[in-house]
Amino acid sequence: MSVAEQMTEAPVLDQSEGYVTEDGRKIGAVVMEMKNITLRFGGVVAIKDISFDIREGEIRAIIGPNGAGKSSMLNVISGFYIPQEGEILYKGSKRPQMKPYEVARQGIARTFQNIALFEGMTVLDNVMTGRLNHMKTGMFQQALWKGKAEREEVENREVVEKVIDFLEIQNIRKTPVARLPYGLKKRVELARALAAEPSLLLLDEPMAGMNVEEKEDMSRFILDVNDEFGTTIALIEHDMGVVMDLSDRVVVMDYGKKIGDGTPDEVRNNQDVIDAYLGVAHD
Amino acid sequence: MPDQLLFGMEVFLNGLMAGVLYALVALGFVLIYKASGIFNYAQGVMALFAALTLVGIMEGQVPFSHLINAVFGTEVHHFGWHLPAVVGIVLTIVVMVGLAWAVNHLIMRHLVNQEPIILFMATIGLAYFMEGLGDLMWGADIKKLDVGLPQGINTAIDEVTFNAFGYGFFIDNLDIWATIIAIILVIALMIFSQYTKQGRALRAVADDHQAALSVGISLNFIWVLVWSIAGFVALVAGIMWGAKSGVQFSLSLIALKALPVLMLGGFTSIPGAIVGGLIIGVGEKLFEFAIGPMVGGATENWFAYVLALIFLVFRPQGLFGEKIIERV
Repeated sequence: MSVAEQMTEAPVLDQSEGYVTEDGRKIGAVVMEMKNITLRFGGVVAIKDISFDIREGEIRAIIGPNGAGKSSMLNVISGFYIPQEGEILYKGSKRPQMKPYEVARQGIARTFQNIALFEGMTVLDNVMTGRLNHMKTGMFQQALWKGKAEREEVENREVVEKVIDFLEIQNIRKTPVARLPYGLKKRVELARALAAEPSLLLLDEPMAGMNVEEKEDMSRFILDVNDEFGTTIALIEHDMGVVMDLSDRVVVMDYGKKIGDGTPDEVRNNQDVIDAYLGVAHD
Repeated sequence: MPDQLLFGMEVFLNGLMAGVLYALVALGFVLIYKASGIFNYAQGVMALFAALTLVGIMEGQVPFSHLINAVFGTEVHHFGWHLPAVVGIVLTIVVMVGLAWAVNHLIMRHLVNQEPIILFMATIGLAYFMEGLGDLMWGADIKKLDVGLPQGINTAIDEVTFNAFGYGFFIDNLDIWATIIAIILVIALMIFSQYTKQGRALRAVADDHQAALSVGISLNFIWVLVWSIAGFVALVAGIMWGAKSGVQFSLSLIALKALPVLMLGGFTSIPGAIVGGLIIGVGEKLFEFAIGPMVGGATENWFAYVLALIFLVFRPQGLFGEKIIERV
């Protein structure tokens, strides 16, 4: 049975709502809802009873101090971790327990904090792997390289070239990834995720280890991706300034718990959030 | 032309042919190493097992007949059929795919993210297990394998060279066929790896498991696929060696000859495996021909290893191995 068939038919979420952002972008219905997620590693509770949702077309950030459980949360969404409790609703239906590759096939693409690229392959080949799920022809057709398979390869190549143009990496198209500097690798990883034309894009610290200029570039790309393709983006980031500028709504985590959720302004003025970031005097 | 030179040329050609067979075994190693980072010590035994199975199926041997007879006191040995080679090969491929599935699901899947040395140890265990299994299933006697490939001296080459140089070259038909089949196999594999979706997925898995998962590649599927292809290559190697020198258990030892081939060609390169095989094949034959008599012969036993050692010192990644790029 395919993954799609396993999913229950009845929509569990209210699809009607939505909101309009300050800069006038229309945000749609809920794409993904996390309900009472708890994740434990042995005795350590990484995520404690957290619920939040991600809406279509929005840029949603998850922030928090080191060790707050942000990356764990992202790994739960992308299927790399299986939470012990809680449920995940995706596009209105409950998501059964899935392997990471099955989650990817559902249209959730991601990047990694420590960059996971195919180092031995060229930039072009790396980005092409993002299209694997859009290739329907079988192994033997592919091997014979005829008709349908050929057309498909050309179509996929067009999408890939568009993404490459968009992220301004045309000049390194044929370069093996291992030779690229860090900032460019991050961008190639984003390109690979984008090539999948995901309905939800997860970015794990897209700006970690970048200098100011690279950060600005990356911010611009994230905004452009959202604007141009209408991609729903969920991202984790350390740099508060960047997050507040980029995102429409922010979840704040601390010690595995959710301590704030709302627009950047709301979160900025939340006392719990201020305490978590600046520390509280225990007197 | 002086006789020595003509004889040398013949030795050279025969070396090339022998090299093709080394290359075939090495190819199986490269495939699995590229896709999973596992050095599959069992590759040679897989070739033996494939050849044993093929003979067994073609001759209608009852698998595990000794065991069955011992337990139940029966006297079954043969089904009494003789199948054509094509049917036998197809059935053997089915068996090898089943074996690939079993290896992945019973062993490799449970060792994901383990150190390479642990995976290597697992394949050593697998090698011994399969050798025993092959013995138990089909018996340990040397078997004749005849899949209908022409054997013996190629008279055309013999005549042409005799007319041209006054000295007829002795080239075995089987070697010529082995070369042709190996070339087809290599081209097919390269096309598969470079231009198909599965080939791209395979290279992706080889590079980074997590990243592969994140673009929707099922690791299990790719590993079963890789082990199946390696099983198929093992079958081809097993057929060639088996047809040449009979299917016998020393076949598993040719795997050791593949090691210097890999050191020369690089563990990650398909063309490297081919060129490495040819260099070793030609090198050891020519060395034996030219230097052998001075040192009392039997240089074929060690020449390949010494050559590999020299390569290890000067070019550890092999002739075609991926460049070792290090960013500091």
